[in-house]
Parts: sequence; structure tokens; C-alpha cells
Amino acid sequence: MIETQLSRSVARWCPGATGVTGAARLSGGASQETWRFDIVHPDGPIGAILRRSPKGYGAAPTRAAGLRAEARLMQLAYEAGLPSPRVMHVLVPEDDLGTGFIMQRVEGETIARKILRDDEFAAARPLLARQIGGVLAGLHGLPQDKLPELRHMSAAKEIDEFERDYRSLNWPKPVFELALRWLRGHDPGPAAETTLVHGDFRNGNLIIGADGVRAVLDWELAHLGDPMEDLGWVCVNSWRFGEIDKPVGGFGSREELFTGYEAAGRKCDPARVKFWEVMGTLRWGIMCGGMMQRFREGPDHSMERAMIGRRASETEIDLLRLLAPRGS
Amino acid sequence: MQDEPTPIELTRTVADFLRNDIAPLVSGHQAFKLRVAINILDLVTRHLTLEQGSDAKELERLRALLGGDGSVTDLNRALAERIAKGEVDLATTGLAEHLWQTTMDKLAVDQPNYASYKRELSRDG
Repeated sequence: MIETQLSRSVARWCPGATGVTGAARLSGGASQETWRFDIVHPDGPIGAILRRSPKGYGAAPTRAAGLRAEARLMQLAYEAGLPSPRVMHVLVPEDDLGTGFIMQRVEGETIARKILRDDEFAAARPLLARQIGGVLAGLHGLPQDKLPELRHMSAAKEIDEFERDYRSLNWPKPVFELALRWLRGHDPGPAAETTLVHGDFRNGNLIIGADGVRAVLDWELAHLGDPMEDLGWVCVNSWRFGEIDKPVGGFGSREELFTGYEAAGRKCDPARVKFWEVMGTLRWGIMCGGMMQRFREGPDHSMERAMIGRRASETEIDLLRLLAPRGS
Repeated sequence: MQDEPTPIELTRTVADFLRNDIAPLVSGHQAFKLRVAINILDLVTRHLTLEQGSDAKELERLRALLGGDGSVTDLNRALAERIAKGEVDLATTGLAEHLWQTTMDKLAVDQPNYASYKRELSRDG
């Protein structure tokens, strides 16, 4: 039972803690797990989250920053006053829990469709696009000398990687070819300023409460690069969940996003944001293909994985809407 | 020639059974998985219903665009290569229309409720 190891772990670093209860697995694949649990404490239970790679799954995929880097980034964001959980403990070998970290549990909703439809979030929704701009500006301004070691990615490098992934699928798609050509032809070159890029900042990776953004999650794809990448990715149609006229996660307009970003003292470049939105749309399409491949090869032979292959065409229509819009 | 009922009639009857008789009996994660299963059967039914017609028209357009012959798979691959090489692009007569029509036909099977598709469909209508 994971509670045995967790109890021993918390006793070492959480003064007063006498054990844990209610450990339950939340999500994740074989190589990465998320667990919720409560630390038993004389002052009352402390809600916590464990994010870990179990033993034997130490090696992170090439693109992942690694759990140690994720913990560092979340802690830095927390210290900068951004919506981020406080990291309580980075796992050590004595914990016997694999690699990863334990953080404070933030209450709220991550399921995008609920955030977009439920009454509970009705007051927050109109504020979110602008708020997200401010949060992104804060993340991009995190002190670079304190960041963990991260990959440096330029637009050209990302196009190369996506093209390689796409070709390896052997899945000829004229619309994807068109998008690759467009991206190469519109590569805006090196960014004026290189910053931390979250890499997967979108509706679905945010904890939202009635008051707005409470936490930014899933720093797995964090890297150094063009800050406009995050602004483009948050606008990809796949993360609007049907609210297609509200580009920022289905919440609001690009203008609101830019206003929030600039109010926090950073400059926006709308042309670069559009470039990264096209890149992001293609990226999700290629990821759908990757999931279909994993379904075929067997490690995850689930119906859900299979069906994701049939969502690549969603990104094809969105790419056409971006690159070859029909007269209105 | 294979016998009847047709595959479309068979997948439809299984999907209806699961939807009407089984779905009310299950809950939680099983209900979620069952919804995915029903969605798959509905997709297969749409695929079997629409594929012949859309493939025939796609092949016709590909022949006109590329000036060659082959299966829809071969010609689709050839078109992808020509776009990759820059020999064909959005300035090429018929390319945008072809890609739009082909994509709309795929969405009609894959995700007919996708908002972008419904928006573009209303434009056609």
C-alpha cells in the first residue's frame, strides 16, 4: 500500500504529522502517476498531492523537463505569488516512492467542459482571458538565474521535431504538409527575448475556482524559448471545447489576453501568437496520430486511445480555417 | 457477395442495444467506457455509410489535381509529397477546394458535432 510509504515519508519532513489517509490515484499513464491524500496532523488534515514516476520508470521522455524540474518551477511560481501549489517535499530514495514530489492540494476544477458550462464558474469566466494574460506574464518573468536546467527550443527546432514525429507515423496528410510549409515560410526567427515557456498552458491544465485561476499544473513540457508560444497554445481551438468564438480557452478574446499580459508589464506580438497557434494546432494533430500509434502497438490498447486518432481531422479543419479561410 | 444484413445494419443494431438497454444499467467509469464504445460503433456506421461516396469524389478531384491515376491512398500520398516539395500550394487551382471538401467529408464521419465543422457546414448550407 502506498499509504505505508507516504506515512513514513511525511513523518520525516512534516513536523507533527502522524500518518496519511485517503490515498487515491487520480490520473496518468504507466510512467507518471498522480495521487491525492491527506496528511494526518494535530492541527487538522492537510490536503496533498503526490506526483511521481514509480520505481523503474525513472527515465523521462526526451521532451519532458523531469519531475525534479517541475517541482522547482512550481515552487518558483508559488514564491513569485503566481497561482501555483506550494511544493512540500521532493522525493528522496529513503521515501521508497520513486521519483517525484509532494505538493499542497489546491481545491477547484480542472475539467474544461465543467469550467465552461457550470454555474459555479459563471462569474469567473468573463475574467479568465485577461487573468490568464497576467499569469502568463508572471510565469515568463520568473527569474532566469533560478530556473532548473531546461531545453532551449526555437520555432525552427520545434518545426523539425514535429515534422520528424509526423513522418515517423507514415500517415500522409496533405493538410499537415501544407501547415508544415506554412510554418517554415512564416518562422518569425529568434524571439526578441528568451524566457521560460510553460509549454502546455491551456484550459484543462488549470485549476479554476469561482474566483478564477487557482493553480497552473503540468509543467512537464516547460522549456526556454519564445514567450509568445504559450499565448498561441492557449488559443488553439482544441482547448476552446466548442466555444469557438472565444479563442482563449473558450473564455474570452485575444485582446483581453493581450491586455492582461501587457498590464503586467510585458509586450505582446500578435503575429507571433498567430504563428504559434498554427504550430500548436498542428502539434495537437500530430499528437493524436502518436496516440493512435501507441494504441496500435499495444502499450495502451484502450478504446479512448483509438478514438483520439479520429480527432486528428479536427485539427485539419482548424488548420484550414487558419490558413485557407473560406469567404464569410 | 456476402450475405445480409449489411455491416451498417449490424453495427447500428448493436449500438442501439447498448444505448437503449445497457446504458441505463451501468454507472461511473463503466458508463464512461460504454459511451466511448457506442461512439465508436456510431463512427463505424457513419464510415461505412459515407466512405464509398466520399472516396469516389476524392479520387476524381485527386486525378484532376495531379493528372495521374492510382488508388485514393496512392494519390493522397502523392499529393502530400507534392505539397511537401512546394510543387503544389494554395495558389494551385482547386487545391484549397479539394482540401476543404476532403476534410469536411472526414469530419462528417469522425466528429460531426465538432463546432468548427458545424460552423463550416452552415456556410455550405
